[in-house]
Amino acid sequence: MTRAWIAAAVTLVLATGCKSEKSEQAASKLTLSGASTLAPLVSEVAKRFEKKNPGTRVDVQMGGSSRGVMDARQGLVDIGMVSRDLKPDETDLDAHPVARDGICIIVHQTNPVASLTDEQLVSIFTGKITNWKDVGGEDKPIVVVNKAEGRSTLDLFLYHFKLKNSDIKAQVVIGDNQQGIKTVETSPESIGYVSIGAAEFAAKHGEALKLLPMAGVAASLENLHNGTFPLARTLHLVTKKGQQNELARKFITFAQSPETHDLVEKQYFIPMGE
Amino acid sequence: MISWRSSTSSRWGSDALLLWGLRGMAVISTAIVLLIALFIARESFPLLSTVSPLRLFTDRSWNPLEGAYNLAPMFAGTVLVSVGAVLISAPLGIASAVFCHFYAPPLVARGYRVIIELLAGIPSVVYGLWGLMVVVPLIGRIRPLGASVLAGILVLALMILPTMVVVADAALARVPREYLQGAAALGLSRWTTVREVALPAARRGLVTGALLQTGRAVGETMAVLMVCGNVVQVPARLTDPVRTLTANIALEMAYAMGNHRAALFTSGLMLFLMIFVIVACAELVGRERADA
Repeated sequence: MTRAWIAAAVTLVLATGCKSEKSEQAASKLTLSGASTLAPLVSEVAKRFEKKNPGTRVDVQMGGSSRGVMDARQGLVDIGMVSRDLKPDETDLDAHPVARDGICIIVHQTNPVASLTDEQLVSIFTGKITNWKDVGGEDKPIVVVNKAEGRSTLDLFLYHFKLKNSDIKAQVVIGDNQQGIKTVETSPESIGYVSIGAAEFAAKHGEALKLLPMAGVAASLENLHNGTFPLARTLHLVTKKGQQNELARKFITFAQSPETHDLVEKQYFIPMGE
Repeated sequence: MISWRSSTSSRWGSDALLLWGLRGMAVISTAIVLLIALFIARESFPLLSTVSPLRLFTDRSWNPLEGAYNLAPMFAGTVLVSVGAVLISAPLGIASAVFCHFYAPPLVARGYRVIIELLAGIPSVVYGLWGLMVVVPLIGRIRPLGASVLAGILVLALMILPTMVVVADAALARVPREYLQGAAALGLSRWTTVREVALPAARRGLVTGALLQTGRAVGETMAVLMVCGNVVQVPARLTDPVRTLTANIALEMAYAMGNHRAALFTSGLMLFLMIFVIVACAELVGRERADA
């Protein structure tokens, strides 16, 4: 009995070993590089893609959006990952949107402040305004909640407000969105920012959060979808124009399809084209 | 003392087989530890080879994306939070063990031990969440924010308490019966017996317990990450936020690349050295006992 099992296991291992060797000869390998914002999502999509297409291998490397653009342009990789819109001088590339990423400012539900201008936000996060009464709230110190270095939400926030991370005077530094939501929820004086999807989900499920509008636009997935919410960006997969790589096309179509929407949402991005 | 040298093993081959098996396992486990150390060192090498190690303590701040790698505030944070937690939980743990051994009725003592051991089984995220929802707002009432050194110390103290209780319990159990009988014969009161006989006799075990506890405190991540605020600074007050080395790794590793990643491994290396020193101390204390 046991021996039979071992024999079966050995055969299986040998069989799969041979198979992967063969498929590598068939060169069904796909390489991607670029934005670290997109890399975790694309890695997950790649795993599912590999499972669906046995024998293919997808290799995902980070290095930033500009590396994604350069590598795709030079043909070093099949697909580049870019966490922004393409610039006017990047017309030699095709951009395929896979998700939208947006962040919103959150405060505690009991906070009477209904909205903040961009200047006020910058002053608060850089420590120039330290009391809520200076922006129309109660006489309470402001607790600034910042994200840890390297997080893409932080990158987007800094990019939008043209700040450096060392400019920000934080009282709390958090990791993921959930931690940010819990932190703001438990401290009425705090102000933070998290992915819009995570914030809306939490607020809808009765957590004591208030999502502040940005430049007069309410923070909601809907406004993110219709492109009116300012603190947002589209995440793209890019390929060289005119390049006919069957596998790359297949991967991009797969990444845009509803089959991967759950993965997109798990990263607190917004799936495209619903 | 009986010596378990191989010369006393039986003439049958099974003992030799077992011995070699055990030696093999010992080699493997040592190798695993060494490989981990080697791996951490290798991963932090890109940073240490381009940036002088001194800069880890003298840079203007921790902003790895802007090329500043000061780890000193995180080192201070780790030491502060761990030492604070041990200062609270070591006396508590020893008191618990004394209660179990000398004062509690057997049934109560057994129930109490089970509850304490249960504490050790709760995942640290749960402690963290509890700390974030209960301890932090409580401290926040004294001074807004709440996420602070103090919150970290309190939550950690609770988490490492079981270690102290279990080790202290074992140390007290090892106090020779004759000592206690002698104390009883002298007509000493229970408290005097505990204070003058049992505790001094178990002293080394208690110190070892406290050191092991410190090791746990230094390595704890999730709960500390959730309640300490994680601002990189040397705190001036107990209610100031602080970031520990472990929290630093957990916060930033997922998205770190290049020198940033290497810097995080360097904080890991620093932790490794700290634990090494603590374990070495525990070992030294243990050795003294064997010699005595």
